[in-house]
Amino acid sequence: MDPLRQSPSPSSSRASSPRTLPCEMLGYVGIEAVLDQLKIKAMKMGFEFNIMVVGQSGLGKSTMVNTLFKSKMWKSTMPGLGVPTPQTLQLQSVTHVIEESGVKLKLTVTDTPGFGDQINNDKCWDPILGYINEQYEQYLQEEILITRQRHIPDTRVHCCVYFVPPTGHCLRPLDIEFLQRLCRTVNVVPVIARADSLTIEEREAFRHRIQENLKTHGIEVYPQKCFDEDINDKILNSKIRERIPFAVVGADREHIVNGRCVLGRKTKWGIIEVENMAHCEFPLLRDLLIRSHLQDLKDITHNVHYENYRIFRLNESHVLPRGPGWVNLAPAPASVPAPAGPQATPGPPKVGWWAKDNSDEEC
Amino acid sequence: MAATDLERFSNAEPEPRSLSLGGHVGFDSLPDQLVSKSVTQGFSFNILCVGETGIGKSTLMNTLFNTTFETEEASHHEECVRLWPQTYDLQESNVQLKLTIVDAVGFGDQINKDESYRPIVDYIDAQFENYLQEELKIRRSLFDYHDTRIHVCLYFITPTGHSLKSLDLVTMKKLDSKVNIIPIIAKADTISKSELHKFKIKIMGELVSNGVQIYQFPTDDEAVAEINAVMNAHLPFAVVGSTEEVKVGNKLVRARQYPWGVVQVENENHCDFVKLREMLIRVNMEDLREQTHSRHYELYRRCKLEEMGFQDSDGDSQPFSLQETYEAKRKEFLSELQRKEEEMRQMFVHKVKETELELKEKERELHEKFEHLKRVHQEEKRKVEEKRRELEEETNAFNRRKAAVEALQSQALPATSQQPLRKDKDKKKGSGWSSIYSVTIP
Repeated sequence: MDPLRQSPSPSSSRASSPRTLPCEMLGYVGIEAVLDQLKIKAMKMGFEFNIMVVGQSGLGKSTMVNTLFKSKMWKSTMPGLGVPTPQTLQLQSVTHVIEESGVKLKLTVTDTPGFGDQINNDKCWDPILGYINEQYEQYLQEEILITRQRHIPDTRVHCCVYFVPPTGHCLRPLDIEFLQRLCRTVNVVPVIARADSLTIEEREAFRHRIQENLKTHGIEVYPQKCFDEDINDKILNSKIRERIPFAVVGADREHIVNGRCVLGRKTKWGIIEVENMAHCEFPLLRDLLIRSHLQDLKDITHNVHYENYRIFRLNESHVLPRGPGWVNLAPAPASVPAPAGPQATPGPPKVGWWAKDNSDEEC
Repeated sequence: MAATDLERFSNAEPEPRSLSLGGHVGFDSLPDQLVSKSVTQGFSFNILCVGETGIGKSTLMNTLFNTTFETEEASHHEECVRLWPQTYDLQESNVQLKLTIVDAVGFGDQINKDESYRPIVDYIDAQFENYLQEELKIRRSLFDYHDTRIHVCLYFITPTGHSLKSLDLVTMKKLDSKVNIIPIIAKADTISKSELHKFKIKIMGELVSNGVQIYQFPTDDEAVAEINAVMNAHLPFAVVGSTEEVKVGNKLVRARQYPWGVVQVENENHCDFVKLREMLIRVNMEDLREQTHSRHYELYRRCKLEEMGFQDSDGDSQPFSLQETYEAKRKEFLSELQRKEEEMRQMFVHKVKETELELKEKERELHEKFEHLKRVHQEEKRKVEEKRRELEEETNAFNRRKAAVEALQSQALPATSQQPLRKDKDKKKGSGWSSIYSVTIP
């Protein structure tokens, strides 16, 4: 297997065993019934999806989540006048079970109120990284038990939606720092929040500049280029990559437009329809996250990010002293961005990490 | 560093709240996403066929998968049971299946069949071990791993009509905790219907009374519960395999032609082949794979890890991390290595000392010899010197005498000329002694 191009999501790139002979079947055998069996099993087991929304207060994160899943995940928070802004970053998780056409989805949304709100925002990404790593750690601990459960509950964050404030200029230093650190541990989808404050031209220019910034700083957002399996995926994903970051507007109120009932924001100068592609790119985001790439997000989290974490953890276990803080994640966030950290998570994201050069890297 | 405060609004365990949706979100495409991912990945299915030589295993495989797997007839002269895996790539519409058929060659052919089951059990364990090794690696690639664990074992029972052989019982008992067993009555066209019925009851009775756990088709999912329950009652399946086609009516069907009739493979009245195919492939393939992974493999993993000394919790019910025990073992191992190294080093030093001593001894000996030789040499030299001096003295003495004689002669004969003197001298040289004698003797 070529070590430099190792795709994480399950693909048919396995090496055949030495004596694999292709066989022609003379009639119908019924092997394809296994797909139905798979479907039945999946429906019975249900699905899990964990999403995290990150961004400053007031960018419409809670509203966006409500719009995405067309339900009141939680009340949109409006900071009261007398309520002091929280001093520390507090992550709040809400879990719901939603069902559609017999498919059960256990959805967990993690919000990050207080992100980037303080005057000194240094290291404000640490609690978030800590949370993500904690989920990986939980899964790892479950996985290495002797008697383990049949189905390990999956609380790992599959997707992190990062809300970029619509300044119209470029990414701020806080955004860049955060994205750099996060794109190595989790799938990040950046979106331009509150896009109704930008005109279409401003939007395009802003998007262009953000893409430049991402490229300059070497930030790989989802869908990552190196995980494209075949030509179809490449085509599909490049189309998506052209439009990243999506300019979205969230709304959970319905209004009547031309006789139809649509979700939108009503202003004095018009109604912004959320699901109208001409107004904003919310449908693209929704399709990406839910309708086409949900399974892919989960697969990449499981096969790449979780494996990286596991390698890092198993490698460091003989470097750090064992102590009561065995599940102590304090060193983990510190060494994730540091280039001098363990070899599993090197500084530049591309080389050595996605490529997964094996034994030469670990000594 | 800010602490992570995690507040969970709803009770994440046991059951999160369910929420009603205000519209179509679209995640009902999830099963399709999952299926399409699996299709790209491909499936693997591994069947183990255990049965006596010539009982129809290869033919049945050919019939099941409607193809001809390239195999030759096995000989009856195998010394011990050997497992022979063959992997084939099958494709039907868009589903790719990597089918591995493992044949237990030579089963039941030996005179002493005590250890017949052992190679089979070892092979199954080896496949589990390979998977476990891959899973325990630090850098692993499980999604790409070619799963070779045996998903189902088809056990072929000889159609004697009476009961199970003891070899069958013993082998099945050894295999039932490691693999899903589906017993099959082979060559079912040699038994009549009534005999078959009695035979089946007898077999199931024997299996139950001996505590052999064969694979039960799952009945917990409504979609397949009914058909599975019915099939469970028909175990073991009485099958007939054939790859030849015979014209029956106006169709060509797979069948075996006898002078007294034609046994059709796909006729439910004639044999249970269709049931076997339904159960094995069309209804329960995924369940077989899942059972192998979640039950048999987990059992193996648990036993193996406990054997290696890991525990989930010690007596004080403090959870031991696998990591910690791993670490402890690793430290132990390293210290063991260090100790061995020390030992070896000590031995080395010891040997070096010994050899050094030996060499010193030899050196000393050599020195002694050298001294001795030197002394001897000196002695000899001295002796030679002495002799030389003696000789010199004697020569001197002789020369003096000669001179004395000459002086006397020259006094006695002054008139004689020089030449005769010289001649005489010459003569004297030659006969010096005689002249001395002649002088002295008056």
